[in-house]
Amino acid sequence: MELFLQQVFNGIMFGSTYAIVALGLTLVMGILHIPNFAHGHLYMLGGYITYLFVATLGLGYWPSLLIAIVVLGFVGIIMEAVVYRPLNEQPHINAFIAAIGALLVLESAVEVIWGPQGMRVPNPYPHTFEFLGIIMSVQRLLVIFGAILLIVLLHLFLKKTLTGTTIEAVAQNREGAMLNGINVNRVSSLTFFISSGTAAVAASFIAPIFVISPAMGAIIGMKAFIIVLLGGMGSIPGAIIGGYFLGLIESLGGGYVSAAYKDVIAFGALIVIFSIKPTGLFGKKEG
Amino acid sequence: MITKPLHTKLLYGFILLAALLLPLYVPDPYMFQVVIMSLIFAIAVLAMNLIIGFTGQASLAHAAFFGFGAYGVAIMTKAGISFWLALPAAASISALIGLIIGPPALRTRGSYFAIVTLAFGVIVWIVAGNWVQVTGGHNGIFGIPRPTPIPIPFIGAIEFFDQPAQYYLVLVFLLLTLFIMHRIVYSIFGLTFMAVRNNEPLADAVGINTFTTKLISFVIANFFAGLAGGLYAAIIGAVSPSVAAHLLTFNFLIFLILGGMASLAGPVVGAFAIPILMELLQDLGHFRMLFFGVLLVATIIYFPRGFVGAVRQLNDKIAARRQAKS
Repeated sequence: MELFLQQVFNGIMFGSTYAIVALGLTLVMGILHIPNFAHGHLYMLGGYITYLFVATLGLGYWPSLLIAIVVLGFVGIIMEAVVYRPLNEQPHINAFIAAIGALLVLESAVEVIWGPQGMRVPNPYPHTFEFLGIIMSVQRLLVIFGAILLIVLLHLFLKKTLTGTTIEAVAQNREGAMLNGINVNRVSSLTFFISSGTAAVAASFIAPIFVISPAMGAIIGMKAFIIVLLGGMGSIPGAIIGGYFLGLIESLGGGYVSAAYKDVIAFGALIVIFSIKPTGLFGKKEG
Repeated sequence: MITKPLHTKLLYGFILLAALLLPLYVPDPYMFQVVIMSLIFAIAVLAMNLIIGFTGQASLAHAAFFGFGAYGVAIMTKAGISFWLALPAAASISALIGLIIGPPALRTRGSYFAIVTLAFGVIVWIVAGNWVQVTGGHNGIFGIPRPTPIPIPFIGAIEFFDQPAQYYLVLVFLLLTLFIMHRIVYSIFGLTFMAVRNNEPLADAVGINTFTTKLISFVIANFFAGLAGGLYAAIIGAVSPSVAAHLLTFNFLIFLILGGMASLAGPVVGAFAIPILMELLQDLGHFRMLFFGVLLVATIIYFPRGFVGAVRQLNDKIAARRQAKS
């Protein structure tokens, strides 16, 4: 029972990370129809920016997190403007290939600066305690509750503010939004800012618990992609539920079936589900 | 059938001659090895070009199929089967797996197909790294025998222990692949591939079975990917999960896009020039991938048809200007 609860706890923690990363990706994919395959690499870079400010420059954890959000936000804006905007009118597959170029740039840039080996961000809250037989740490709880807070804040922003509703307007109808005087390019930049910034939050939350490495972006990026495609492009509930679901499945699968093969679950599920329903679980239109 | 102008024929003739004489002027054994590798990659990239460049379906499981060929030859030749049997068998296994995975994967389109094939590739990579009894796990398989000598009556046998022999072996397979790809692309079959790429609903409307067309292209591409992988295993003598990793797929993609999609020359140019360029830039370390990443993005934005496409555009412009003058 303890093992089960422990796996569930870890699953929720991983799920929180997946949910935030997938949430950022679904915004970009649903609104701009851009297959931002480099999203996982933005997450990875976010972890490194936090590392830079916490470990190298000796700043506190929270200021570093804020800086990471802003830096990543601007990286996202630059990426949209330089890589994706020129390919707006091209077939999607060209944007996809450009994304692979972008992720190679991000990964090798991090390798050039910090080297290929793993790094550890000093843990601001290393205190651990036991609850119902589960070993918890404050940082792990921070990942879980921080994710919930972020999701709530993002929801409020998208639904209750004028700027937030312009994002939703562009998602629903690009031409209609333009006719109503919404600057679509500005909305694109804003969406990329939010998307990359939230990825930075996810990475900064979890970086003190695990080692960060340049290669970590690829797998989480693909998983986020899978969550978004299965949950429906642009669907925020789909991304959140999918994220937690994948986290739990992987954690339980890793604990009870095989740790080496736990990554197969996400990729296998994708192939099986797509072979049954080629447009995804909740998909309406083809991308 | 499109006939090439004389100067193009001369250029191709010159390149063929240069390729045949290459062992005479290659600077050192290390560079020779790089050249042999790049010719093997050229076969794989030509195959990738068939499915991505000509049929418009971004299969990102290409390295996985390269891996099936490599592991296939490795396992079979280590079990004592002749290389000449193992190679077509491994390539056929690769094609067969393509035939099995193709129907479900090809129901999806565009980015969806790319991600489904990529997911398949990642699974193959994970399995290659963990199924220790068969694949040797992360260490892979060592001591794969070199291609079996071909006995020739009265003279002796062609052996494949030295670099020139291995080079000519790979060159023969590359020319064979080029020949077959040429026949496919300029046949009615090739035209249906391009019709599907250019406008799938329209192709469907004029009576092309788009699903079967895509599946055939996918299976042929995977056959040649497996062939290239099999050659790789026998010539390097060792395989590890990295031969099936998505990073190798991305490398193939760089060769393809920079060389030039949807032409037969492009993949060969890309697969030949870029590994050599990478070796020459070795001192740059990780900066190399930074450089190639930037180049990939710039190429797809400004020259979606790559180097060969850009040269052709330039060629057309010069021809148009000449015509305007006369």
